[in-house]
Amino acid sequence: MSDMRADGLESLLATKEVVVFCGSGGVGKTSMAAASALEAACRIGGNVLVLTIDPARRLASALGLEGGLGNVERRVPDDALKRAGIQPRGELWAAMLDTKQGWDDLVLRHAPDQETAYRILENSLYHNITARFVQSHDYIAMERLYEVHGTGKYDLIVIDTPPTRNAMDFLDAPKRMADFFGGRLLRWLTMPYRMGGGRGARMINVASRPFYQIADRILGSQFLQDIAEFFLNFQSMYDGFVTRAHAVERLLHDRRTTFAVVTTLEAAPLREAEFFMDQLVARDYHLGALVLNQTLPAYLRSPDGGLVAESLVTQPGRAARALADLGVAALAEPDRTARVLQTIGDSFRNFAVVAKREAELRGELAEVPDVVVDVPRFEADIHDLAGLALVGRTLFA
Amino acid sequence: MPPTAAPALLERRLLFFSGKGGVGKSTVTAAMALLAAQQGKRVLVVEVDAKGNLTDFFEHQTVGFDPVEVQPGVFVMSMHTEASLREYLKLNLRVPVLGRIGPLAKALDFVASAAPGVKEILTVGKVCWEVRESIEGRAGWDIVLVDAAATGHIVAQLGAPEAIRDLVSVGPVRSQTEWMSELLSDDALTALNVVTTPEEMPVNETIELVGRVRAELTVPLGTVVVNRVLPELFTHADEETYEALREPDATARLVDTLGGDQAARGVTAVLDGARLAVSLRRTRAAHLAELRRAVDLPTLFLPYLFVRGHGLRVTRMVADALGQELGL
Repeated sequence: MSDMRADGLESLLATKEVVVFCGSGGVGKTSMAAASALEAACRIGGNVLVLTIDPARRLASALGLEGGLGNVERRVPDDALKRAGIQPRGELWAAMLDTKQGWDDLVLRHAPDQETAYRILENSLYHNITARFVQSHDYIAMERLYEVHGTGKYDLIVIDTPPTRNAMDFLDAPKRMADFFGGRLLRWLTMPYRMGGGRGARMINVASRPFYQIADRILGSQFLQDIAEFFLNFQSMYDGFVTRAHAVERLLHDRRTTFAVVTTLEAAPLREAEFFMDQLVARDYHLGALVLNQTLPAYLRSPDGGLVAESLVTQPGRAARALADLGVAALAEPDRTARVLQTIGDSFRNFAVVAKREAELRGELAEVPDVVVDVPRFEADIHDLAGLALVGRTLFA
Repeated sequence: MPPTAAPALLERRLLFFSGKGGVGKSTVTAAMALLAAQQGKRVLVVEVDAKGNLTDFFEHQTVGFDPVEVQPGVFVMSMHTEASLREYLKLNLRVPVLGRIGPLAKALDFVASAAPGVKEILTVGKVCWEVRESIEGRAGWDIVLVDAAATGHIVAQLGAPEAIRDLVSVGPVRSQTEWMSELLSDDALTALNVVTTPEEMPVNETIELVGRVRAELTVPLGTVVVNRVLPELFTHADEETYEALREPDATARLVDTLGGDQAARGVTAVLDGARLAVSLRRTRAAHLAELRRAVDLPTLFLPYLFVRGHGLRVTRMVADALGQELGL
């Protein structure tokens, strides 16, 4: 695997226009995406955009993304990069996903006229859907990707994906959105209202009668009517939405797009990553790289270290007495030195257990993409440009 | 509300566990279930996220909507919106829907995506119903533990009864949301617990969630559970000794005593390993300090487990640690 690294992530990113970073929650997708974008701007050059979802506050401010910017892309200033010791060949841009703004933009674009657009935007159901319908984040993320890609302004777009229950959700989002608007169900559900034009004149066909009877009893007919009216308005955007959703799907399948799966070497995220890689391949997406994040350093698995740790734990006294002869104040008390030697031996053995478990899990990975990158667990948090550059160098090493 | 005035956690009837993805929410929920069962309680664990791996923590095959006993006294069920609706209709409206659930479920899926809170109310409703039935003696759970939605979603989930009440003005659903709200607000019965790790994003999300819960919900907060806390290696004096060991003379002497080239490489690895352990612990300590500064809830600390596998043995270890923290 290490022999692949010479032409690893760097050559992958140099030949693609879109890189989608995905993986389960908490594995460091956001940092990996930002670090890759930064490193690509440094080494490959051109205009590189990182489209991030929910960065930690300090990371957001490092990228110049403080305070509700909506979906506006911002250039990371060159002097901020210089202060962090970075000399980019190209430009680094960053944007944060604003789901609400993304939906509003969509409605304004696709509604047949302004009046319909405003009726939709002011509907309380609309507000609730965009704010709470989890999958709407997925759709908007992909939609934004398509939008910025279409501007042709960027040579490379690196996108972070929303934390979802199921890492596959965002891939299905465009198709689901198209199904949703094109669905018989939507027509079926809104039919009584389209035909009757009001609650009193509601005509219910035989097929939908049981549904309405039950729904009326549970929810009350007024609520149902509100829903139906909302979707009648929404349906006016049908063509625009469906065409768009298909275009987004095509971009994800395009040869210029690749996927990087991020995981830690822990059982649960790794299992999800494997599932995700399988799905990407099965659905004919381009699986470009696997990033193993927060791995423990290899020296923790060294047999020599293990032997030393063992003798420090079992017989720390001899070494402690020998060290007392050095005349160093902090080593003058053999008891204390012995306790410290025992502690570090014990700690080494603890970490060795975890490091070996990681190596085992890694060995069990059945199918991996050509590019597999290890990113070690850094001692401090990654929260500034210098930190991102450090991660970026590791990713491209 | 001073933390000590809160009723003991396991004396309540309904505990939710939320937290950022990846912090070990399911591990903690499963361990709490084992602990409650050890205390002689009959426990129902509800898995809400459709990941379906909660039973892994008990080394049991996956389960469905009907509770299955996975360990003595511990029953697990996996939430399923359609099954929950079917049960609700059967019990509350006496609507015979068994044959027609197909199209109804599709319609439900649609409405659930569109209408805020429908999916959530079916989830929270089922959980509340199990608790109420138990309190009134028609079901036998001493405590119900919910492996709930992650931080981004839990407020919508627990706020569903209120949201529905705002939207639906009449009908049986409205009146049912009332007893649910009462149950969810009762701090003798219910608590929302937040699981985190001592890392930046999980801590930030915990602080944010606690603020949102206080501002937007009436659900009482229980504890913050900090998972994967690394051990403190040294006292201050011991750390000086460790630093002295890293001086070339001392390292050379250590290598001499242990003997050979192998020892030289091994000593370097062990000393580096200790430095890694110390600095990892130190960064995390800063996040813990931030958590303590911003959140005044009782906090339980669970150690990082240096173990090989996962599964029931690990869940038991976590349960033991939880028991110690709770003084059981």
